[in-house]
Amino acid sequence: MTNTDDDREVEQAAVPTDQLLDFLRAMTEIRLFEEETQRLFMANLVRGSTHLCSGQEAVAVGACAVLRDGDSMLCTYRGHGAVLAKGAPLDRTFAEILGKAQGLCGGKGGSMHITDISCGAYGSIATVGAHLPIAVGLGFAARYTRTEDVCLCFFGDGATNIGAFHEALNLAAIWKLPVLFMCENNLYGEYTALHLTTPIDRLADRATSFGIPGVAVDGNDVSAVYQTVASAAHRARAGEGPTLIEALTYRHKGHSRADPGRYRPKEEVEAWLARDPIEIARSALLERGVEEDALNDVHQDAEARVRAAAERARAWEEPRPESRLQDVWA
Amino acid sequence: MTEVTFREAIHQALTEALGDDDRVFLLGEDIAAAGGAFKVTDGLMQRFGSDRVRDTPISEQAIIGTAIGAALKGLRPVAELMFADFTGVCFDQIANQLAKYRYMTGGQAGVPVTIRMANGAGGGFGAQHSQTVENWFLNVPGLKIAVPGSPADAYDLMLASIHDEDPVLFFEHKSMMNLKGALAPDREPASLGRAAIVRPGSDVTVVATQLMRVRAEQAATVLADEGVSMELIDPRTLIPLDVATVGTSLEQTGRLLIVQESPFGGSWGATMIAALMLDRFELLDAPPAIVCGDDTPIPYAGVLEEAWLPTVDRIVTAVRELMRR
Repeated sequence: MTNTDDDREVEQAAVPTDQLLDFLRAMTEIRLFEEETQRLFMANLVRGSTHLCSGQEAVAVGACAVLRDGDSMLCTYRGHGAVLAKGAPLDRTFAEILGKAQGLCGGKGGSMHITDISCGAYGSIATVGAHLPIAVGLGFAARYTRTEDVCLCFFGDGATNIGAFHEALNLAAIWKLPVLFMCENNLYGEYTALHLTTPIDRLADRATSFGIPGVAVDGNDVSAVYQTVASAAHRARAGEGPTLIEALTYRHKGHSRADPGRYRPKEEVEAWLARDPIEIARSALLERGVEEDALNDVHQDAEARVRAAAERARAWEEPRPESRLQDVWA
Repeated sequence: MTEVTFREAIHQALTEALGDDDRVFLLGEDIAAAGGAFKVTDGLMQRFGSDRVRDTPISEQAIIGTAIGAALKGLRPVAELMFADFTGVCFDQIANQLAKYRYMTGGQAGVPVTIRMANGAGGGFGAQHSQTVENWFLNVPGLKIAVPGSPADAYDLMLASIHDEDPVLFFEHKSMMNLKGALAPDREPASLGRAAIVRPGSDVTVVATQLMRVRAEQAATVLADEGVSMELIDPRTLIPLDVATVGTSLEQTGRLLIVQESPFGGSWGATMIAALMLDRFELLDAPPAIVCGDDTPIPYAGVLEEAWLPTVDRIVTAVRELMRR
């Protein structure tokens, strides 16, 4: 059986319980990572801004779970979750946010640019939509070198209104490149509601103008995300080209550190908080007969790992000032 | 010795790079089936196939982004943007993505992309197709900028750019495409960051690139008849900028003239003068001089564009004035 057949199997069968437990573990870790990041901010240990992905963990975890060695992933400045889901170590990710020498980028990137090529996380890009054309190039290289690798590219609903989105989807479509365009529709482009900036509700419909499939999925259901992305990956690996996936989800927090998100109606926030992706996965596991104690262990283990990683990262050295002069050129 | 045109020199370098290394591929608007707006890539698709020489939509952001992504996976993309003015459409990809990737990631990977594009005035292309926009990128650490001024330099620098581990913006002056020159087998190949002494001299140092280098060479002949010995230096790349070679020349001449197409503000010529004033002020026997394009967009009509673009006469006059000071 080829790997491509594996992807097809995934679409047809329910996600096994062990795998769903893995998903819960990963989502919990990301949630706790973001909460710890918030605490580090409050303690004045983080510079600039940060953009938490709390509430959107199922998109990162479900989608990245489809990827394998050789595949690449690109994400946005709201990318802590995606990079961790792709396999970046907790401690060196914290260290990058804290601006430490042992940070993934040596302290030169920060929260908005976390990158770990060693695990396939090719970058967090912080000008909206700019990484979609780069994803096309990662997909192109996979085809050019005759592999079955794919590139998974996360971006927000706001990015679908920027030119780079249209140029990238068009080129990926005509060259039939293995790129999974993963739109995280959290209903707000930075501070502004989607309906004020975008004339349609279903962003997946934008795929039709490029002649590629567009699929909307419940972005708070990790299994649904996984299955949808697996199906798109199957197509891509088989040389059938890109897919636009729209994951419907919600930011639990504001746009960034400075934003309390008061422009969002209270009822809307409450409705989405009631559909917390971690709670949805927990409920599914309880229904399948997993003991509550086991689920509590998942949480406690994740808490211990995140706490230990943050402590390690805080203890690491600052970069040497001279290191700022390195890495401009080879 | 057989001579080649500027266009043929670049064509030969691309042919060699494609032949030597499967990782090299070309992408851009109209470069494959049509052979390029300036015919530089004519016949390359037929020779190397449409996988490696690829036409793209009119999507400059996608062209550069695709090159970046491909380079991150180990390929050696050569992207063409046709007119250099179109870098305005994809400025983010060049200045924020391409230039900064190695640095922002702490050196996890480089982005060995070469971007080819036609710059320069003199052809009647008007304000949006004639600029020397290399100056826009002088303030973006992470890029290298090649501005070849002869067929041999174009050939050598094209190969050096493709072989370089970092991004290079490669400017091909559209008024020089038919300029002829030898590819002398015994030459020292041009490299990124090393100026050339195009013509040795002892009275005045003139620094110029591309079409202005060509005109400065003509000016040198006129001045030689008047008994003025002009040293002509072509920096060949603007980043890295070889200030040291010009400084060494000033040790003998004590007089400096820069000739450039672009307006003065934020230009490579202004940077060169500033660097020399800071480090080699004591060498100057007279204030440095510069001949530039006017502070206006580039006009269309023949008489207007000719008046805008520095001429041989203006260079000769500027040197004469400099010699009197």
